Amino acid sequence: MSTTDGPTPMPGAKAAQAAANRQAAEKNPSTSADAAHKTGWFGRWNEKWQAMPRQKQWLYLIAIVAVAYLLPILNPPILSTEPGNDFPLALFSMAVYALVAVGLNIVIGYAGLLDLGYIAFFAVGSYTAAMLTSPDSPFIKVPYLWTLPLAIVVAMCIGVILGIPTLRLRGDYLAIVTLGFGEIIRILATLIPAMKGQVGFQNVGRPPGMGEDGIPVFANSNGTPWYWLTLTILIIVLLLAGNLERSRVGRSWIAIREDEDAAETMGVPTFKYKVWAFALGAGVGGMSGALFAGQVGFVNNQKFDVVTSILFVAAVVLGGVGNKVGAVFGGALVAYIPLRFTAIAEYKYLIFGLALMLIMIYRSKGLIPARNRLLAYGQEAYARVRNGPPKKPAVATEKEV
Amino acid sequence: MLSTVLTAVPADSDWINFDVNALAQNFWSATFDGLTFGAIYALVALGYTLVYGVLNLINFAHSEVFIMGCYGVFFTLSFLGFGPSAPNLSFGQILINIILALIAAILAAAATAFLVERLAYRPLRKRNAPRLVYLITAIGASFVIQYLIFLWRGPLPEPALTMFIPTPIFEVFGTIIDSQQIIIVVAAVIMMVIVDQFIRRSRTGRGIRAVAQDPDTATLMGVNKEKIIVTTFIIGGILAGAAALFYVMKIPSGVQYNGGFILGIKAFAAAVLGGIGNVRGALLGGLLLGLIGNYGQILLGSSQWTDVVAFVVLVLVLLIRPEGILGTSLGRSKA
Repeated sequence: MSTTDGPTPMPGAKAAQAAANRQAAEKNPSTSADAAHKTGWFGRWNEKWQAMPRQKQWLYLIAIVAVAYLLPILNPPILSTEPGNDFPLALFSMAVYALVAVGLNIVIGYAGLLDLGYIAFFAVGSYTAAMLTSPDSPFIKVPYLWTLPLAIVVAMCIGVILGIPTLRLRGDYLAIVTLGFGEIIRILATLIPAMKGQVGFQNVGRPPGMGEDGIPVFANSNGTPWYWLTLTILIIVLLLAGNLERSRVGRSWIAIREDEDAAETMGVPTFKYKVWAFALGAGVGGMSGALFAGQVGFVNNQKFDVVTSILFVAAVVLGGVGNKVGAVFGGALVAYIPLRFTAIAEYKYLIFGLALMLIMIYRSKGLIPARNRLLAYGQEAYARVRNGPPKKPAVATEKEV
Repeated sequence: MLSTVLTAVPADSDWINFDVNALAQNFWSATFDGLTFGAIYALVALGYTLVYGVLNLINFAHSEVFIMGCYGVFFTLSFLGFGPSAPNLSFGQILINIILALIAAILAAAATAFLVERLAYRPLRKRNAPRLVYLITAIGASFVIQYLIFLWRGPLPEPALTMFIPTPIFEVFGTIIDSQQIIIVVAAVIMMVIVDQFIRRSRTGRGIRAVAQDPDTATLMGVNKEKIIVTTFIIGGILAGAAALFYVMKIPSGVQYNGGFILGIKAFAAAVLGGIGNVRGALLGGLLLGLIGNYGQILLGSSQWTDVVAFVVLVLVLLIRPEGILGTSLGRSKA
């Protein structure tokens, strides 16, 4: 499956969407919000991408993935964050942020639930990894790689526990409950002795493997293998998220996001799917936390402040709410900018806070807007009902309009 | 495997305790202190409730409106020459200083509220943006103000300024009630009664209720919706300014760039507890939350538990009675 757009369940929907977009652009070029987005650099790029044949898309994708894997070795001079920050470690950090953004995008982007305490799930994952591998912890020890699925499970459970009381209500309650929860996790980590407050857990485990010189492959200072591991997980999560997005579940999420009452009326079990979105997002957050804990090798209560949650939201919003490629891009950007431009690192919260506001006010779909696929499905279905299976989808849509 | 995990947990008991004796001993002082905090929560909660009633929006930036009020108090007091120890002033002089600080706090907070409305929310209203967009903008606005203060004043709390030493006034149930507690609770309750009556009786108040009930119909009936919304934000700002004064009085070292954050969440919890959108509910919820937080703190043994307790209360209220104790509607309150 490609990372941008898999095979559309209805052949021709893509072309129909393109035709609809062109029509929208012709009809009302100045006021239509969609048209404005399409004229952007990313919009044109997106259209070109959609027009490519599938084989060509695959080729490009393989090339992009290969470049992504080679980045820490290439260390391209302008992109590099050196001197100042180690480039492979910066890449790892970008990959973790991208993973977080993809997970949060399931919650915010697909289901339209504003989770402002996503750091809490990240923290839960980190603590799961730390408490099950660090020698400082009294719990039973498991190999590090086992903690990744465990972190997902624990974070999902907590997501469900938190989601069930709040998801029955209107979305804004969820925002404030999650915001509070993000802070509470930190306070609990301080208060509960088993979580060791500021002392924290040293020597969090790492994946097995020993280099020839006796230094572990996954040493804390060696960003490259950690980056590759995270990138691999990121690609897997992207594929899974893409499949979910195109499935019945994904369509339900989007229906809930667009109009919850209407979705409920149409027979979508909204509560169930909202809990699912919340839990899945939490799971991805937990896993990224476990990865982060493994690379840093040290977990204490100082690492999980709520402001970082807002950076996560900024990553999703920056990339484009509801677009997983946008989320990857936004997450990487949010991590990259303070590391690359160390002079403005101090202002990062201000910058991303302003970005949140300005993007929401002037370009609410983000840098890479998500295409409104439902529209394409709907038009395609309508055309089929009227004209039978379309031979030329674009023509069919034009006739219908 | 589960049993191994469970037995491996260290049997520390002093991080959380259910010290009923401590609570019984300090019950009345905890009650009066809780009411004092509760009055402050209630004033802030009213800002959330009013904006929520009119716009159906959680104004995340309201905690920053509040903290700007705190800075207003702080700068006025340092300008007037207050220091860490209370100056020896007569009652009249203290009163004048407090009133000056209150005016500064109200101006700072109301101006912030106005700016947030103008710069963040109004452009969205013009675009008829979906709810998620409003929420994200609100959190962005809150973040921006917080970090502007951070860049301006740095990460540390401002030095504590003491206005006056609380003097004991009278004794109830063997517990001394001091002048500070009296001032805060009485002033807060008076302000809330004024706001309640304003919303119930005045022409603007009727406008606020009309917009809360149905913005479109209200506009058709000749209510200037934009003006009402701005007024609502400013009333919220004024109350937050007053809360800021009391807060600095109570916790002089609490003026910090992110000092409003937790208080904001608690005030919101108070608003939900009483019934969001309901003016009297905000007062009830604030006082209750102040009490619950204080009891919880003494029962569980650390001041940090107050935040956890407030959060748990919020979740429980949402679970059991999401419309709050007094119900949610600002619009439906009787004329």
